[in-house]
Amino acid sequence: MSEFAFLNGNEAVAWGVRLSRPHVIAAYPITPQTKAVEKLSSFVQNGEMDCKYLHVESEHSAMACSIGSSSVGARTFTATSSQGLLYMSEGLPYASGARLPIVMMNANRSIATPWNIYGDQMDAMHVINSGWVQLFVEDAQEALDMVIQSFKLAENHDILTPVMINVDGFVLTHTYEKVDIPGQELVDSFLPAIEKAPHLMNDQDPMSLCISAGNQHYMEFKIKQHRDMFKVFEQLERIDRDFEKSFGRSHGGAADGYRNEDADVILVTTGSVTGTARVVVDSLREKGIKAGLVKLRLLRPFPSDDLYELIGKASAVGILDKNISFGFEGTVYTNVNSSLLQKGYRGRTFNFIAGLGGRDITKENIEEMFSALLEQKGETVQYFNMGCAL
Amino acid sequence: MRDFKMSPRPQWNSLSDVPMGSSCSSFHICDANAAWRVFRPVMDYSLCIGCHQCYLLCPDGAIHKEDAKVFHIDYDFCKGCGICAHQCKPGAISMVKEDQA
Repeated sequence: MSEFAFLNGNEAVAWGVRLSRPHVIAAYPITPQTKAVEKLSSFVQNGEMDCKYLHVESEHSAMACSIGSSSVGARTFTATSSQGLLYMSEGLPYASGARLPIVMMNANRSIATPWNIYGDQMDAMHVINSGWVQLFVEDAQEALDMVIQSFKLAENHDILTPVMINVDGFVLTHTYEKVDIPGQELVDSFLPAIEKAPHLMNDQDPMSLCISAGNQHYMEFKIKQHRDMFKVFEQLERIDRDFEKSFGRSHGGAADGYRNEDADVILVTTGSVTGTARVVVDSLREKGIKAGLVKLRLLRPFPSDDLYELIGKASAVGILDKNISFGFEGTVYTNVNSSLLQKGYRGRTFNFIAGLGGRDITKENIEEMFSALLEQKGETVQYFNMGCAL
Repeated sequence: MRDFKMSPRPQWNSLSDVPMGSSCSSFHICDANAAWRVFRPVMDYSLCIGCHQCYLLCPDGAIHKEDAKVFHIDYDFCKGCGICAHQCKPGAISMVKEDQA
């Protein structure tokens, strides 16, 4: 039996993890993720989860423990944010290269210095090449559901790749919403116990794990990992369809369009700002402006085909980035712009950088972005809600 | 003395032959620790004066002493760093590319 509860994003993630029945959780608390791991540790302490909870001394240890537990076939979860993600980043390619299906929540937060605890997406962009699936969610319900789906995705024997679920810091992690908590039996039937992959540690069939590979072999391992990453698109869509059949909710595949079919101008968003942008698109439509929206759910693997299908006919497209790749442009823009050009897109693209360090992205900001798209004027990279002149 | 030989290299016809992750049946990829070596030290015993510098300074302990002037390099453990060749003042050790050794 499912039940509705008033949860913030952190608690929603914790419930998603609880329902997924992991064997091991190894995590270190860091703002704004703290509430998620606190909730999980209380679940374990109260006997509501049958799980080993490792109170590790650092994020680097959290990843090391996660790699260890996943190497023996245990369903493993960890969570982090910001500098914590950067601290554990040395271990991220170990996990993905060893094809370990770890699921991690990353509460998106800014990167020092200056020190700042509020939300943007600089942390996730730092580790975009770590070999992890990068998934962005829009609200707490999607966060809960995607934890369950992510275990299913990561543990698929064709994928065997760790998944990072990006949840916008504070905007999602600390904001309360009405969330449907699915019944345990329903989740159990959707997400059966982990099936141990043949390449993991096994005393019946001993193997060397995390071997050295010289220049004769290393490249083949990496290309195999790269090619297998593309299988995520198909599997994610299949998992989402199955999820909808069981739970009555769908969150879509790699990218999702909103009023984009006949749109002249389209804004591409990731994460929680999508909700605000939907409201703006609706109000612009009421004024007769053909505005549309594309919510990018996956940044790795990058859904070039889906994106072109959703955007191709628009005359201008704006990409909203909550990050800067210093000395260049927003990272999401780099990816979207490159893929659209490769597909032969002939419209103009703009990069809108906003919301760094927790600064609000208002409806008025998004209206300004659409104005820039309609007029197709101004610099390719534009900054919003600045407190001073450039 | 051990029978030194290079480890056999697996032949992969397609990516499906590549083992999942970096996990393989033990010693599938390499049966020695030195599979990544590019140059190997080769000894010319006619020049060796038995100073023991190579034996003493090898960081991996990969050089064995049989008698005062006969040293053997365990190529299963030698990583090819070249310290022995650098330290050998009479020039009895030279670094030779693996496929030409």
